[in-house]
Amino acid sequence: MEETITFPQVRTCPYRPPHGYTELTAQGPLHRVELYDGKLGWVVTRYAEARALLSDPRLSSNRTDPNFPLISSRGAAAREQPPAFIGMDPPEHGHYRRMTIPEFTVKRMNELRPKIEKITERAAEQLCTAGPSADLVVNYALPIPSLVICEVLGVPYSDHEFFEDASRRMMRSATAEGAGVARRELLEYLDSLVDAAIENPRPGLVSRLANGELARGELPRDYLTGIAVLLLVAGHETTANVITLGTLMLLEHPDQLAEFRANPDVVPGVVEELLRYTSVADTAGARVATADIDIAGQRIRAGEGVLIPNGPANFDPAMFPGPEEFDIHRDSRKHNTFGYGVHQCLGQNLARLELQIALPLLFERFPTLRLGTPATELRPRRADTIQGVDELIVTW
Amino acid sequence: MHVTGDREVCVGAGQCVFAAPDVFDQDEDEGLVLVLQEYPGEARRETVEEAADTCPSGAVRIG
Ligand code: HEM
Ligand code: SF4
Repeated sequence: MEETITFPQVRTCPYRPPHGYTELTAQGPLHRVELYDGKLGWVVTRYAEARALLSDPRLSSNRTDPNFPLISSRGAAAREQPPAFIGMDPPEHGHYRRMTIPEFTVKRMNELRPKIEKITERAAEQLCTAGPSADLVVNYALPIPSLVICEVLGVPYSDHEFFEDASRRMMRSATAEGAGVARRELLEYLDSLVDAAIENPRPGLVSRLANGELARGELPRDYLTGIAVLLLVAGHETTANVITLGTLMLLEHPDQLAEFRANPDVVPGVVEELLRYTSVADTAGARVATADIDIAGQRIRAGEGVLIPNGPANFDPAMFPGPEEFDIHRDSRKHNTFGYGVHQCLGQNLARLELQIALPLLFERFPTLRLGTPATELRPRRADTIQGVDELIVTW
Repeated sequence: MHVTGDREVCVGAGQCVFAAPDVFDQDEDEGLVLVLQEYPGEARRETVEEAADTCPSGAVRIG
């Protein structure tokens, strides 16, 4: 019997995957892993095998499968939530994902740009008012993705404040109870938005689905609100933490920051390298095998859980030479931070756009920006969630 | 070089449009892949291969 390892591991530096994974990647692509509930499964730590498995139809995302691997007791609660396509398999998955694609095309992203710029400008004002020393997370990083989702869903301006507050409480409440209350408030609110949209059609995804698929009987009402909450949950902490950790990384690399400031052409490449390096959704790739799979000299058996974290793949030296080096000039576009296969992040182009706007604007508005707390004192978040820091005090 | 985009398997991630905007687009209604040039010519090979490589669903194929 091979030795088992524990997963997930806690980060030593908040802005990069656990150092413990480095050795695993060097040893091989697949490892036996013992999960918090004592179940055995696999963790995949190399890029090629990660991509092969993420696009393998024999691996299922069905969270209601009793064998679906859970990385903590919190994950168990996900089983109770309304169905959303992130937890479905083809062909059902595609049926629902497709309903949302029109809001996320490359063309739609270009149309959203001016709106995101305005949202970001306002967040910068909020940060400025809170300063000259303030928390970047609450004043800048969290509001931007939340208000952008309002735009995509079609939440009226007058409700933005409620929406932002409730989504922050849902994601950041210290207690499961507080998070549950906020979640219910949001679901109720979205439900009322469906009614309002049926009465008066308006721009946005909720109204389009309410007057289209819902009206035609192709989409149950709780699926519609489930999709809206999925978009909020999937796009909020993720994007916010890349804004926060991205700011931190750039401040810690003054030469590369200087180039980032001076040359707008490098911005997209910097964003890709930040996405690779910070690997914020490290634990997102979880699957259960529905058939035996032979890969890399091992056999994954039907019913076993398979964890495909994006951090180790993003730090696989075979794909990214010298992976420990934060290098804005490397070609990082093929990182695994948005996953791969049919579940690859629906909102990736939106996230890229938000980051390409929010990071340069921050350094432009606050030319003397620096850390208010030394980087060495920042503590990583729990291992079972989106990675980042809970607070980042900056001064200017 | 013959390029196809399978709309049955496409998941609308738009990676192909980023890689080769003169060869691929997403339609207005559904956001699924549209091949603008079925025979883009060898000069486009690199960007089209990039599109096939980054497409997460295997919808882009080069024949
Ligand atoms: C930097 C920011 C983001 C990161 C790192 C990220 C990461 C991911 C990852 C790794 C997956 C795949 C999960 C899996 O394989 O099971 C995913 C799926 C998804 N993401 Fe994102 N995401 C980000 C931003 C967003 C945004 C802004 C939105 C939408 C507004 C969004 C919506 C979704 C949805 C709906 C899915 C499920 C797709 C499916 O199952 O077909 N994400 N994301
Ligand atoms: S990259 Fe692939 S999945 Fe994405 S839009 Fe193009 S064909 Fe569809």
